[in-house]
Amino acid sequence: MNKSTIVVGGGIAGMTAAGELSRLGVEVTLVEQEQISGGHAACWDRLFPTRRPAEEVISFLREQTDSKVNTFSGRPVTEILHHESMFTATLSDGTILRGESLVLATGYDLFDASRKEEYGYGIYDNVITSAELEGWFKNHQPVRTKNGRIPSRVAFIHCVGSRDEKVGNLYCSKVCCITGVKQAIEVKEALPACDVYSFYMDLRMFDRNFEELYFEAQKNYGINFIRGRLSECSENEDHTLVVKTEDTLTGKPMKMIVDLVVLLVGFVPRSQNTQMLLKLKLITGNDGFLQPEDEHNGDNLTRIPGLFITGAVKGPVTIANAVADARATALQVYSFLHSNR
Amino acid sequence: MINFNLFVLPFSLGLLYLILKIGKDWYKWITTLSPVDKVKFTSGIRNPIQILISLKEVFFEVLIHRKMWKRNPLLGYMHMSFALGWFLLIVLGNIESRFYSGTHLNAPYYPIFLKFFIHDKLVIFFEVYAVPRFFRFIMDLLLLYILSGLLLAFLKRKKSKWFGMKQVTRYQLTDHVALTTLWLIFPMRLLAESFTAGYYGSGGGFMTQPLGNFLTWIVPLPTDLVAYTMWWGYSLVLGIFFVTLPYSRYMHIPTEVLLIFFRNFGIKPKKWYSGYSDTEVHSCSRCGVCLDICQMNLAGIHDSQAVYFIRDVRDKYVSEQISRKCLVCGRCQEVCPVGIHSDSLRLIKRRELSSGQDADYSFVSVSTVRTAEVVYFSGCMSHLTPSIIRSMKGIMEVAGVSYLHLDENRSICCGRPLMLAGKDRQAHDLVEFNKKLIRDARAGILVTSCPICYRVFKEEYNLPIRIQHHAQFLLELVRSGKIPLQSMHRRIIYHDPCDLGRGSHVYEAPRELLGKFSDLLISKEEKNNALCCGGSLGMFEADHQQRDLMTNGALDSLLTFGPEILATSCPLCKKTFGKMNRVPVKDLAELVFESIPDGRIRSASGSVSVPFHPELSSEAESI
Repeated sequence: MNKSTIVVGGGIAGMTAAGELSRLGVEVTLVEQEQISGGHAACWDRLFPTRRPAEEVISFLREQTDSKVNTFSGRPVTEILHHESMFTATLSDGTILRGESLVLATGYDLFDASRKEEYGYGIYDNVITSAELEGWFKNHQPVRTKNGRIPSRVAFIHCVGSRDEKVGNLYCSKVCCITGVKQAIEVKEALPACDVYSFYMDLRMFDRNFEELYFEAQKNYGINFIRGRLSECSENEDHTLVVKTEDTLTGKPMKMIVDLVVLLVGFVPRSQNTQMLLKLKLITGNDGFLQPEDEHNGDNLTRIPGLFITGAVKGPVTIANAVADARATALQVYSFLHSNR
Repeated sequence: MINFNLFVLPFSLGLLYLILKIGKDWYKWITTLSPVDKVKFTSGIRNPIQILISLKEVFFEVLIHRKMWKRNPLLGYMHMSFALGWFLLIVLGNIESRFYSGTHLNAPYYPIFLKFFIHDKLVIFFEVYAVPRFFRFIMDLLLLYILSGLLLAFLKRKKSKWFGMKQVTRYQLTDHVALTTLWLIFPMRLLAESFTAGYYGSGGGFMTQPLGNFLTWIVPLPTDLVAYTMWWGYSLVLGIFFVTLPYSRYMHIPTEVLLIFFRNFGIKPKKWYSGYSDTEVHSCSRCGVCLDICQMNLAGIHDSQAVYFIRDVRDKYVSEQISRKCLVCGRCQEVCPVGIHSDSLRLIKRRELSSGQDADYSFVSVSTVRTAEVVYFSGCMSHLTPSIIRSMKGIMEVAGVSYLHLDENRSICCGRPLMLAGKDRQAHDLVEFNKKLIRDARAGILVTSCPICYRVFKEEYNLPIRIQHHAQFLLELVRSGKIPLQSMHRRIIYHDPCDLGRGSHVYEAPRELLGKFSDLLISKEEKNNALCCGGSLGMFEADHQQRDLMTNGALDSLLTFGPEILATSCPLCKKTFGKMNRVPVKDLAELVFESIPDGRIRSASGSVSVPFHPELSSEAESI
């Protein structure tokens, strides 16, 4: 009997699930909308907390999938149908894929920082996102202001688009705190003379070695952590930036002039998923991410037998957790395919 | 012959009580007007022209109910039948009674119960004359008219949608008693007159006589006794209605007359509760027109709409929470048929009830270093939407306007958010600081990007200079040819911010401006009927989810017209709508700036503006 599955999304979770299922002898088709697989992680230089190159993780996963899994890349899925216990995925070029089961691993979008207009992203020259900074590191681009100056002060702004009712996102994006700590260290390493400041509400160093890195950042790198949520940014004539906040530990309003502002943008649900998922009548939570059937004992299951969800499509997740989740999903898919449906 | 019977007592006593009670209340309200308003009142009642104007308005609004007609013809008919019908019934009944009594001095009850008293007159003698027959006809016609209105009133409680209303007001006990007795008055009169006419076989009109004959034939009881009982019933329901009236919503009937006089004498709402406020509060008929249009419905709030808030004020149990549960958008004021300033009343109560810790702004000190003809005050909300400020600066550079950006680096709040919270004393500390800054800058014209600031500059600052919202300022620049614009061929819908539209009556300037470079769509809920974005600073009792429901409701309405861009002229509206991510939201200034041909924009570094630092002494300049 032919056991087949379609994995939609070639990021960390999708690749892991596809690789595991392929090893278990399932006929896997992996669909990735970009030309290159790896998802958001492919844009990363080094990963928190150990600062290991992201490339290592991705090439491991590529070895698991390349030549073992039937892969369609550079083509997004436009429609998913479920009919008589068969799944049909239509790609943008008209290709139709069929499978007995389907794994949704479509991931997340980054929060559009221009929606937090008061921080001036897209308006002021020297306000960038954490994703852009990571891109600079990856491409070995030096950390400079728009007009090429070496910044003498850099400010990291935590929780941009996360834990913020004003933009409608109440949830925590989990990875930004530690990303901010990692990137602050990296900026300091690249520019030892530069003062680096981090403005935070509170730092959630929840996972293994996170707290250690935060300590290191203060002790060894002299990163200044200031507890205060940024109220607004404004731009001076010379394109330096004024950040306004309240230092809530001293209880005083404060302003600081900096050369570069890095906004730590969080996760948002994928907007292009919406129509597709509406047709499948999958349930989303108040945060807009997909809701599993059972948050404890069935967190990869959906209301449709044979349709599984994995990774950041269910909400913010670290790479390590996405890998673990995808492996668990692969096992669920395997037992589904071998059950007496 | 003495025209008296015991049954007239309930009516007469009730009427006496009502007159005394209204007299006492009117006296109280007039004497508790503010000193300025008292002067206006005493000079007003001596001015025959003002009296005539007021009487005309009383005729159109209290009797004809012109505004109700405009709203819904069925509603208008219903109100007019009660008001005008009953009024004419009293007036014509009085005239009719004089033919029978032959004197001008009748007891007040005599015309009311005329048909009871005149049956023993020489009826046949009168029958030969046309005049009594005319009256008999007209009085029946009026009664029929009122009864048709009564039928509608009954239907309205069951099928309010037919009257253009989804919701009807929840009434109090006194309202129910008054309503029941009011509804009973006219059927009782019909029965009493019919039975009497039936018993005597004459004396009725086209309706009461045949009905009376029929009833006499069908009711197996002594007709004279039934008729007499009916007269007792008629008098009783009248008496009970009169006694309940001052404690029910029907108090609006006499009070609205006084309110119309007050208004025509130039009396306006004040900042503190006065006799005028009392008059407005008692003029509320609880018609419920303000219910359906309230956006708080969308957020599941149903206890704080204008009608309920005013009821609570009248009953003196309004809570701080209810006073703060309102967008203060002003939509209810626009539709109120009586013209009650519910927003002003709301703020009065907030001032009275405001509790909690009061901030002290005495630490703020200000000084300015530059002067300029055009002073630009972007407002603290615009600091959260820097694209607006950047556009304004770019436009002023293109237009060659030399300006001073007063709140470029440090801003002092205009004071309106505090005023909306009922904290006027603290607000006026800030007002004084800003006034000094504006005076010192020797501004000839003050331009702001924020309608909230604009309104408070206009209403509270008493500045001897021109004050403009940037919609007006930019329109003048475009009209004078200082800013070249190229059409952007986009379908744009304009959202009126509450404080610029209903608050300051600036409706046309933004539309004319947008019309110069875009395809401006017309929306259903615009101008004075515009919806609030939901972000109101005046609302203290809604959480983010409730606000989102109101915002999405407003967006649903605006997006029906398929705009490519939602334009507004308020940074708060922009942020509130922008949060939902459903359509690009842009301020007028941004759109104007985008429409300037590229070649005309100089680099931002060539700014005419000079950095400006009013010193806020105690603000920590850290690091």
